Amino acid sequence: MKIRLDTVVKTFDTFRAVHGVSLDIESGELVALLGPSGSGKTTILRMVAGLEFPDGGAIYFGDENATDIEVRHRGVGFVFQHYALFPHMTVGENIAFGMKVSKTRRSAAEISSRVEHLLRLVQLEGLQDRFPAQISGGQRQRVALARALAVDPKVLLLDEPFGALDANVRRDLRRWLRKIHDELGITTLFVTHDQAEALDLADRVVILDKGKIVQTGTPEEVCRAPASAFVMNFLGDANRLKVTVSGEKAQIQNVTFDAPDIADGPAELFFRPADVTWREDGHGIQATIARVIDRPDSRRVLALTVDGQPIEFDAAPEFPFRADAHGFVEIRRPRVYPA
Amino acid sequence: MARRILPGLPLTLGITLVYVAIIVVLPLGALIFKAASLGPEDYWRIVSSERAVASYRITILCALAATLFNLVFGLALAWVIVRYRFPGRRFVDALVDLPFALPTAVAGIALTTLFASNGWFGAPLAAIGIKVAYTPLGIIIAMAFTSLPFIVRTVQPVLEELDPALEEAGQTLGASDMEIFLRVILPQLAPALLAGLSLSFARSLGEFGAIIFIAGNQPFETEITALLAFIRLEEYDYPASAAIASVMLIAAFTMLAVTNLLQARALRYTVKG
Repeated sequence: MKIRLDTVVKTFDTFRAVHGVSLDIESGELVALLGPSGSGKTTILRMVAGLEFPDGGAIYFGDENATDIEVRHRGVGFVFQHYALFPHMTVGENIAFGMKVSKTRRSAAEISSRVEHLLRLVQLEGLQDRFPAQISGGQRQRVALARALAVDPKVLLLDEPFGALDANVRRDLRRWLRKIHDELGITTLFVTHDQAEALDLADRVVILDKGKIVQTGTPEEVCRAPASAFVMNFLGDANRLKVTVSGEKAQIQNVTFDAPDIADGPAELFFRPADVTWREDGHGIQATIARVIDRPDSRRVLALTVDGQPIEFDAAPEFPFRADAHGFVEIRRPRVYPA
Repeated sequence: MARRILPGLPLTLGITLVYVAIIVVLPLGALIFKAASLGPEDYWRIVSSERAVASYRITILCALAATLFNLVFGLALAWVIVRYRFPGRRFVDALVDLPFALPTAVAGIALTTLFASNGWFGAPLAAIGIKVAYTPLGIIIAMAFTSLPFIVRTVQPVLEELDPALEEAGQTLGASDMEIFLRVILPQLAPALLAGLSLSFARSLGEFGAIIFIAGNQPFETEITALLAFIRLEEYDYPASAAIASVMLIAAFTMLAVTNLLQARALRYTVKG
């Protein structure tokens, strides 16, 4: 099912949560809504579900205007942030709930065979008589997914699906969710504030800031060509140096970078810590090493430019640390944005 | 034993045990002791006398009716107080405790005045042929009045803590409002509701002050057990009074045991395994 949002607006009391968001989600696509808290991503998801109604604009499911369709008739599967499993029902009863209340009558045998099928799909065979309080967080998450899938939703919506889990469980579950999505081919929209999660899982990432879309694209597109300083910063660690632009060239010390389409005047140069080479001599931005932070697979070096701006870069674990060592920073893939 | 953060286990436990012994166990013990001073035959004759049996029937049936009334009305009241914001909500919330604060005799007199055949409520009701004062209906109203807070106050906190996402989950799965109420909300309120019901029922069984004014106290018709025990006391027939009271005591204990069992069953899903 294709979903289209047409200049959707939502205001809470006086607070503008979503300002005119337009978005097309292709059938079978897995899309991440990525943004910091307060960026309106959850509100958008809840409007697609029908748990909130927009104050302006429209939401289409296929060619049908779904804007005013009630949540229970919208045919979406929703996985809540804290799963919202019914605590007084067993795992099996939770999964069967949607089928039991459905208008299309199913026989008890049909329901129980479908529950078993879903339990196999989410790899929880044998747990159907447990209560939610008796299983782990990762298992609850999978029960919530099975419950949402039980009603054959046209669209699957997940609100911070892995937010409440340990880092390891989280990584496994997101690979697993990707696999399930590929098997079922159901249009899926999920909300996250974790860029690694969005990049790892999604076909397309929609980056939001203050109720607006700031960039939409594949993980490759948003990583390689961040549309703004915000996106650059939000997607991962970034160094920022003050530079001066004149004639589409950005200058810091005596080093220049291409700055296409940037107006003359002060601007900001961004680059990733991994895109730096440290040289004892030669040319580049002059800096002094201040401190190192050791990581399992690298060494993060903290340095200061001669005019006192901090730079962080990743070096091999063997990188020799000498405090106050002078050298030159050579930058790959620099990006210049207006200040 | 794990080290405790607060000191004073022997002291607080000691005070608690002494207090429970003096305030609860001693009077009940005296009651049983007094009732036991009768021989088994005398005891049985007194507790199974026609008048006593009639009073049990009236008390239990009226208490059941009052409790059922409170189940519906108390739940609705708690629901409204928790779920809606309206002017005067805090006032209504405070009003719920009034039956606790009001001397029950005052409540009884006020209810009698209102429901007497010339009272504000009694007159119109009499006009359509419903008599409240001096009938079992009056007993039910008095019981319902004094025991209402139990249901509201036990259900209210549980209702406040219910996760709204559970209801939303029900909606996304296609359930109607009624299905969500019956299958999602009510089962979670059940333990609290049971506790409230048992307290409300126990209070109705034991209520005295509010009822005797409105009941008319006709033996075999509107005479409650607590009043019968009181009448025996007035006649200085202490053993008979104690015998009748012991029946109420047994009824109260039985009911508490049953509700505890039901509650444990209703809460079985919270047990980690």
